[in-house]
Parts: sequence; C-alpha cells; structure tokens
Amino acid sequence: MSLASDAVLIAKKDMRIEMRSRIVFAQVLPFGGIVLLLFAFALDTDRGVLPIVAPGLFWVTVTLSALLAVSRSFAIEAEHGALYALRLSGLDGAAIFLGKAAAIVLQLLVLEVVLATGVFVLYDVHVPGEAVLAVASVAVAATVAIAAIGTVYGVLVAGIRARETLVPLLVLPAVTPLLLAASRSFEYAIDNDLSTSLRWGSLVGVIASVCVMVGVVAFGPLLEES
Amino acid sequence: MIASWLWRRWFGILTLKALVALAVFGLVVAPPDSEQGDAARLLYVHVPAAWIAYLAFFVTALASALYLWPRTRNDSWDHLAGASAEFGVLCTGLTLFLGSVWGKPIWGTWWQWEARLTTTAVLLFLYLGYLALRRLGGVSSQRRNAIAALIAFIDVPIVHFSVSWWTSLHQQGSVFNDKMDVTINDGRMAFTLWLGAGAFTLLFAWCCLGRMRLLGIESKNSELELEAAIAQRTGVPS
Repeated sequence: MSLASDAVLIAKKDMRIEMRSRIVFAQVLPFGGIVLLLFAFALDTDRGVLPIVAPGLFWVTVTLSALLAVSRSFAIEAEHGALYALRLSGLDGAAIFLGKAAAIVLQLLVLEVVLATGVFVLYDVHVPGEAVLAVASVAVAATVAIAAIGTVYGVLVAGIRARETLVPLLVLPAVTPLLLAASRSFEYAIDNDLSTSLRWGSLVGVIASVCVMVGVVAFGPLLEES
Repeated sequence: MIASWLWRRWFGILTLKALVALAVFGLVVAPPDSEQGDAARLLYVHVPAAWIAYLAFFVTALASALYLWPRTRNDSWDHLAGASAEFGVLCTGLTLFLGSVWGKPIWGTWWQWEARLTTTAVLLFLYLGYLALRRLGGVSSQRRNAIAALIAFIDVPIVHFSVSWWTSLHQQGSVFNDKMDVTINDGRMAFTLWLGAGAFTLLFAWCCLGRMRLLGIESKNSELELEAAIAQRTGVPS
C-alpha cells in the first residue's frame, strides 16, 4: 500500500471511532462554545473590546479545543493496547502521522466553522467579502500546523503517565508562533489590509510545512519508543 | 578517583574565583553608566546569562543529536543534554528576572513586548516542558527525550522570527527607543561584560559536569536496583 492509502486508512479509522463515540463533537465543541462566552464575560461586552481582539480569542479557543482533540486521538490508542497493534501493523510511521493529523484537521475544521459562526454572532465581527478566501486559506494552514504539532507531541507522551497534563505544557509554547501569525493574519484581513494579512498567512504556511516535515520524520521513531 | 575529585575541586575553585571577580568588577571597578546609572550593573549578569542560556540549549540539541546518531550513542550524551537544559532553564529564568528588574527604572515598565524578551519567555516554557518530559523517565526514554530536544530547538528560530516580525510591525513604545541601546564606551565596562561571559561559561561547564556525574550515578543505581529485583524474583544472583 502507498503512503497516501495508509494515511487514508488511519484517518478513516480515527474518524469512524469519532463518529461512533462523538466525543469531539459532543464534548470539545461545547467546550469551545463556553470558552467564547467566558471571554465575553471576562472582557466586558459594552467596552467594544471584543471585535478588536476577536481573532486572537478565536485562535486561543481553537488551540485549547485542539488540546482536547489531540488527547482524545491518543487516548483511543492507549485503550486495550491499541498502540502495540498500531506499531505491529507494519504501516509506515509517516503514514500513521499523516492519517492521525488529517483526522484531527477534519475535526478541528468543523469545530472552527461553528466557533467562527459564534465569533461573528457574539463578538459582532465583520469579514469583508474579498478577505473570506484569505481567511479560509490561513485557517486551513494553521489547522494543519496545530494538528501536526499536536500529533507529534501526542505520540511523544502516548505511553507515559501524566500525559494529560504534559500535552498542554509541550504543545502551547510550540504553537505560540503559529497563534501569533494566524491571529495577525485574521486581524489584518478583517481590517481589509489583504497584503499584510497574506504576509502573515505565508508565515503560517511556512510553519505548517515545517511542522508536517518534522512530524513525517519524527513520528515513526517516537511511535517505537512510546 | 582522587585525580577526578581534585580536578573537580580545582575547576570549582576557578569558577568561584571568576564569579567573585565578576562581583568585584561589576559592583566596584566598573563605573556607573552615564544614562542608566547603577542599574546598568545588572547587565553584567543579565547579558551573560542570556548568552549562556542560548549556548546551553544549543548544547542540549547537539548532545541529543549525538545520542540519536547510532555511532556516537552513549548515555553520557543524554546526561549532558539533561544537565545543559537544566542550566539553560535556570539562566533563562535569571535573564527574564534581571531584565525585568533592569527594565523598571530604565524603560519605566517591568515588561516590554520586545522580540528578544518574548522569545526568551517562550523558550523558558518550551524547555520547562522538555524537563518535565525528562523527569517522567520510563523505558527507552532517552531516545524520546533526544527527539523532543531537537524538536524544541527547531522551534527556537521560528519563535524568534515570528516574534521579531510581530514587534517590528508594531509601533515602538516611547520608552523603548534608540537611546536605550547599550553602547559600551568604557573599557572597564566592556571587560566586566566579557568577564561575566567567561565566569558564566565556567559555571555552566562546572554545573553540567557535576550534574552529569549525578545523573550517571542515578542511572547506575537504577540498573543495580533492577538487577537486584530480577535476582530476588528468579533466585539467580546477577
């Protein structure tokens, strides 16, 4: 089997488990929603701060939700020794990485659509028509990067105790540049400054490419050690 | 054994002398800065600590790469990576603390969202995560730790680049302008800064060697305990 078909196999497996258990959609999605509400309570809706800081709040919410999605992605491998089976399956480590990351990307994209709707409604944000494509492209690239970083750190701690508390400590500093670039790109897109938005967007693209490359190389050896 | 003890003692005394010399030069010999006054004396520790922090993280990455390379694989590289990262985190914390103390009278604020400061803060958390991972141990944890160290090191330029770009696109604060640049126009001040770099390098080497030795003893003890447990279970002496 090729790398792509192996990756699709793993992604389908993870998505099938998610469709049956509905953990991400029944628990992570409401979590993201309540975080959006909490930001509004914390920053006071009357002061007009929310539309200004909305891009940053959106990406912070996505990142926090992604932590739960990543933990879930590797929790299913920890049950009933599934990780051993995955290791013995003979599938390429790079394909397993791509498959697991793709499943997280799909879940996060659905989450982002719902959260973005929440941001438009609750935070009164308006995205100019010509900026929608740029915003969508940056969102996809940033989601790929978050999923890649999460998948790498997820497998890094998969076989050890206290992984639930370690994943945020490892992932959050690593996603800092991404959070910065994606938030700035959204901010400039909302202000209709497309050229600056795309400059930040290109940085998101570079980070996503680096993260995927690191994941493809490192996932196999890390899976052996987990 | 005795030669090693004497050598460690000699190296320790040399490091201590360098630190005392730094204190004397930093507090007495070097004159106060014409613009910053006595606050500039903090830089004789702050700047070397920052240099050594970056050096320590580089050593961690290098030692991790050498551990991963099959031809050079040795537990000593893993111990060096751990020891170096611990010292790096300590220096990063010291850099941030002294930077804040210096920034309050000079910039008028404890914290400035400036590229180097922000990068250093992110680095601190990045390597705190690495140390937390190391502390968990486990079977074949060295290889996992080595890969984690390399991933963290790859992230360093990305963090620095993105933060630099971010701050360059923002209007500079009124307290953070060209006049704040540290220009060394006194030989005694320049010498003290270089003395600080030398003293901190010696301290880094001494702490790393001592910590490596301890990690080696810990590792050997774990092996002995495991062998004793197996011997107790099987009844066959190891």
